[in-house]
This record gives sequence, structure tokens and C-alpha cells, in this order.
Amino acid sequence: MKKLTGSAQRLRALVYKESLQIIRDPSSILIAFVLPIILLIIFGLGLSLDTSTVRVALVAEQSDNQMTQSLLASFYNSSYIDVVTQTQTMNQAEPLLVGAKVNAIVDIPSNFASREKLADINKFKNAEIFVKTDGSDPNIANFAANYIKAVWGVWMQQQMLNFKEAVVPITNMIPRYWYNEELKSRNFIFPGSFAIILVIIGALLTALVVAREWERGTMEALFATPVRLGELIVGKLIPYFCLGMGTITVCTILAIYVFDVPFRGSLFALYLASTLYMLSSLSLGLLISTITKDQFVASQMTTMIAFLPSMLLSGFVFEISSMPKWLQIITYVIPARYFVTCIKTIFMVGDVWALLLPNILCIAVITALLLGATLAKTQKRLM
Amino acid sequence: MWHRVWALIVKEIQMLWQDKRTRSVLLITPLIQLIIFANAATLAVDHISLGIYNKDNGKYGYEMVQRVAGSKYFSNIIFINKQSQIKPLMDRQKVYGVLVIDSTFSKNILNKGTGQLQLLLDGRRANAAQIITGYISDISDQFSQNIAPELNRKRQSSSVIIRNQFNPNLEFKWFTIPAILGTLLALTGIIVTALAVAREREMGTFDQLLVSPLTMTNILFGKTVPALLVGLLQGTLMFVCSIWMFSVPFTGSLVMFYLAIFIYLLAVIGVGLFISSLVKTQQQAILGAFLFVVPAVSTSGFATSIQNMPVWLQDASLINPTRYFLAIVRGIFLRNISYSDLWPNLIPLMIIATITLTAATWFFKRRI
Repeated sequence: MKKLTGSAQRLRALVYKESLQIIRDPSSILIAFVLPIILLIIFGLGLSLDTSTVRVALVAEQSDNQMTQSLLASFYNSSYIDVVTQTQTMNQAEPLLVGAKVNAIVDIPSNFASREKLADINKFKNAEIFVKTDGSDPNIANFAANYIKAVWGVWMQQQMLNFKEAVVPITNMIPRYWYNEELKSRNFIFPGSFAIILVIIGALLTALVVAREWERGTMEALFATPVRLGELIVGKLIPYFCLGMGTITVCTILAIYVFDVPFRGSLFALYLASTLYMLSSLSLGLLISTITKDQFVASQMTTMIAFLPSMLLSGFVFEISSMPKWLQIITYVIPARYFVTCIKTIFMVGDVWALLLPNILCIAVITALLLGATLAKTQKRLM
Repeated sequence: MWHRVWALIVKEIQMLWQDKRTRSVLLITPLIQLIIFANAATLAVDHISLGIYNKDNGKYGYEMVQRVAGSKYFSNIIFINKQSQIKPLMDRQKVYGVLVIDSTFSKNILNKGTGQLQLLLDGRRANAAQIITGYISDISDQFSQNIAPELNRKRQSSSVIIRNQFNPNLEFKWFTIPAILGTLLALTGIIVTALAVAREREMGTFDQLLVSPLTMTNILFGKTVPALLVGLLQGTLMFVCSIWMFSVPFTGSLVMFYLAIFIYLLAVIGVGLFISSLVKTQQQAILGAFLFVVPAVSTSGFATSIQNMPVWLQDASLINPTRYFLAIVRGIFLRNISYSDLWPNLIPLMIIATITLTAATWFFKRRI
């Protein structure tokens, strides 16, 4: 083996020591590999905003006529609507809405199919049904309303045909979804969760490990050796950096080959963005541990300023542009915001450098600031 | 014997209260988190930037553009006049979508035909894309309804009258704030138990407790009560904050609310003690806490409803205490649930609390 001297030798020794520490504590390996895979599975397969069916109670105040029967049948036959029960009065159905047994109630009033309506097309067109949705879950309430409207629309068209009165719609809108034709939540939640996984490995694990060194006084012991400050920091970062990159590789392979997430960009762009983002997480972890020097407080701070923001303020699930202005300003200092944009684009669209470069640059600037702050903070403490 | 347990409880509370940083972690941070996340966690979409490519030179195309531009949801409209401009705008996320008005739009409408609109949307932001589809489709329906008389054309009938019960304007905050309350309580329960016990074990102070005349059950009881008190205090603070700051309506009963918090805290503290009985270091305790909290929050119906999850995950979430608590707390806040709606969610919580607390005691007795 080639003999190394000076800085390289010291660095190698540090990296070796740090790697041994990772390998010997099973909880590090668990955090680095098992937790990400559990997260990927739960996020990728479990979190879905696509509502498949909504539970509905039907209230048919008078169901002894053919028109009501045929409308009821349309609801029973819809694959988007799961009819939980059918009652005669609203009072019977309402407790189901309170108890969250159903997402909506469809009320077909008693005058729905009166004799005049059956005879006169113009009266018929004024037929109404009433829908009560459970607004305590707004997302589902919206879906329920849309599904019910769709069933009604199709049924109405059929009835008009029966009256020999086809209505030509005045306008028709066709939505087309680019990059994700079927609007699968998985396609954007999967890449987005990389941001959270790298924060857990980069910031949380690093913060804990370094805080423990401070807590136990082994950091001061390291200062007493000929190791320079820069070497110490790089020596800490290298093993965790490799761990993070390893996890990203495993997750990407899983995403593409096991979960069929499209990958339209290049590996170069993926690793460039991930490298910089990982560095920003590592620096944040280092900075937090240097400031707190206490595992308990470090873990709380990391959760508060790294983990939760990467989940909630990054555009991973929630749209940044819908947040209040003051909160939007806060998101500009969160590296996950830029990374989530990059990673979604790399997976779903391709290498759009015009979008990727400014975002990657922002991550780089934040990383540089964090590393600078760590260096300054550590030096001060020594003197 | 009870005076010893009492002394232990007093000591634990003093320890939590004396350390300024712990105190702020337990009382101030949850409130800050509640405020930040309540504002962040919304699936509603507004301030939308939209591109419009009007290929029609007729009157109706122009009117459609006016209607979209005048809508309160679209704050930034970018007018496009070449097909080739669309892709760069979409790729670079300058717009959420582009509305293309067909060149025959006005002509078709005047000739008793159908005017075609195409809406291109960014699938990276799939949820927003669906909501925007709804907005534009409402605008175009309204447009058709309004111009039908002047054209002497029949109207499409869409007489579904929709009322959103419990939350008429579908305020998203009313949905997320009770959920954030439940999530933050889970975090606290775990921090105060799992992490604190692990720290004591790492420092060796837990061994000092073991050599005292207290039994293991006494010690665990002494750890549970302070955590419970901290949780109740925190729950109350967040409750007041949700009602005063965010005006979330509280329609249910306070007794029910505190009963649910009490049982839920017991369940979470049980999980925390159980984790601390298995681990030796703080790092392992934090891993354990993450292994519990992250899946527990993501499968609790926090942002995405449980009924949207695959069946196997719905089944797995049956052991998740947060799932039941969120169901209860949302019900109490918005729907004024009765006791008969409470039990189906409270009884599983009681079972989980009993199991975790018993298991923690048993493991502690065996392992130490």
C-alpha cells in the first residue's frame, strides 16, 4: 500500500475511525438503510391523494317510480361510488355523516319525478338533487362532489336522449396532464421523499454523532491531536456522505425497477443535485451539533429546522405558492425546496437545465454559508 | 410507598422544568410548529400563474379569456401567441398550466357546435393540476350557461345542489389543525419518555433509581405521570391557540376532548417507554422514535385520507394510535360527535395503551 503522509494520512485515519463507528452501531445502519426503505414504501405506496372511491348514502324519499329507480341504479353502478346504505329520510342518513361512515349524502327529493316533470321536458330539466358532503375532510368532500356531479351528468344526458332531445354542449374542455398522464401520486411523492431521506441521514445522524463526541469530551481529545480543523470536518463528512449516496443509489434503483417510476433525466443531474443537497444537510447537522453539543437538544433542533421543513415547506406535498407570503419567504432558506424542484423535474421531465441550474446554485450557496458558519463556530470554541 | 412515588414525580417535573432548553422544547416549539405548519399544510391552490394561448380571433374566445383572467384564483396570466412558447414555460415551472382556445372556438359556438378548449397542466404538481381543472371547468360551464340565451341554445342542466356540511367553505386549516395537534402531542409523548429515559441510562442516573427502594412499576409510574401532565398542558395550549388564532370551530364536548387526549397520551407514552426499554443509547432511542413517529403520522390520515390508502396499509394502520386520535379530535372539533361515535375509536386507543404500558413494564423488568 502506498504510504500516505501528512494531511492525507490523518484524514484516512479519521475516515477509517468514523466508518468503524458507523458499522459497529447497528442503529446507524438502520437509520441509513432500513428507515429510508420503510419511508419509501409508506410514502410511495401509501400516501396517495388520488381518491379511488367515495362512500355515499342515498336518500330516496320516494323510490316507487322508474325515474328515481334509474338514477339510483346509476349511483349503484358507478365504480367511483360506494353506496353504503339507502334510506328514506335525511334524518336517517345524517348520523352516518356525523360518524364519518359516509363522505356524502345524496338526497333525491320526493317531488323529483312528479307527473308534470315526466311529461314536460322543460320542467324535467329543472329537476334537482341535493348533496351534503362531509366538509371536515375537504379533499374527499371535493372528490365526492365531483363524482356525484359526473354520475348525474351522464344520467341526465341519457334521459335527454330518451326525450329525443340531445343537447350539444356549447363548450368542451379537455384537460391533458403533461409529464404524468395518469396523475399518479407515486410519481412525484417517490422522488420527493429523497429530500426527506437525505435530511435524516445527513442532518439527523451527523448531528447526533457529533453531539455525542462533544457530550463525551472525545471532541476535545481530537483537538489535542495534530489533526487540523478542516481535516476533522472533512473526515466527519466523508463517511456519512458515502452513506447518503449509497442510500440514494438504492432508492433510485428501487424507484425505477420495483415501483415503475419514470426516470426521464440523466444520472449526472441526479447525482449532481443529490451531492450538493447531501452536503447542505451534512453541514446543517454539523452546525447544529456544534452549537448545541447535546444529543437531546440536537435531535429536537434537527427535527424542527431540518426534518419537518423538508417535509412540509419544500413543496413535497403542499404547494409553496398557496402559503402566506411570510411563510414563502422562509422557504427560500430551506435547501429541500430547491432539491424537491430538481428531483421531481429530473425524474418526471428530464434535464431542464434552465430550471435545474438556478436551483442547484441556491443549494450550493446555502451549503457554503452553513460550512462557513460551522468553521467559525468551532474555531471560536477552541480559543 | 406512595410518598416515594410522589417524590419521584416531583423530582421528574422539577427536572423537566429547570432546564430552560427542555422547557422551551416542550412548550414554545409546539406552538411555533402549530403556527407554521397550520399555514403550510394546505392542499388548496391559489395565486396560480396560468398561460393562455388564444388561437381564436372571435368574440367568444376573447370573452373566455376575460373570464379566466378575472377569476380570483389566477393572479398571474401569461399570454402566449406561439405553440413553441408553451413547452419552455411548462418545463421551467413558470406556469401551472396553459389554456389553449381552439381557432374554431367562436365559429363553432355560433354554428350550433361545440367550442373546444384544451387545458395543459403540469403533472409534477398533480394535486394542484386537478384543482385547476376544476376551476377552469367551472368557468367554462358558467360561460356556456350565460351565453346560451343569446344564442337561443338549450342549456346543459346541472342541478346538483351541493352543501358542505361542518365546513361550508372547505377551509383546509380546519382539517389540518386538529391533526397537527395530535401529531405534536405524539412527538412530545415520545420525547419526554423514550429520549429522556435513554439519556438517563446513558448518564447512569437511571441505575441510581434502580438501586432505590422503588419498584420498577413505581419508577415507570413516576415517568408516566409527568409526561402525561406535560402532554395535557401542551394540548391545552395548542387547543386555545387553534380556537383563538385560527378560529377553528369547536362544536363538541370538552370532557370528551380531554378524555381522548388522556387516553391517547397514555398510548403514546406506552410506546415511548417501550422504545426506551429496548434501547441503550440516545441515538438508538431517536431511531426508535423516528421508526414510530414517521409511519404513525403518515398513515394517520394527517394530510391524505386513510380511505385512499391501499387495503394492506389501512389494515396496518389499525395498530396506529394517532389514526384513532385524529379521527376523534376532528370529530369533536367539527362534527360534534356523540359518545356512540366516540367509542369505536376510543376503545382501540385504550387497548393500545394497555398493551404498550404492560409490555414496557414487562420488558423493563426482564432487561434490567
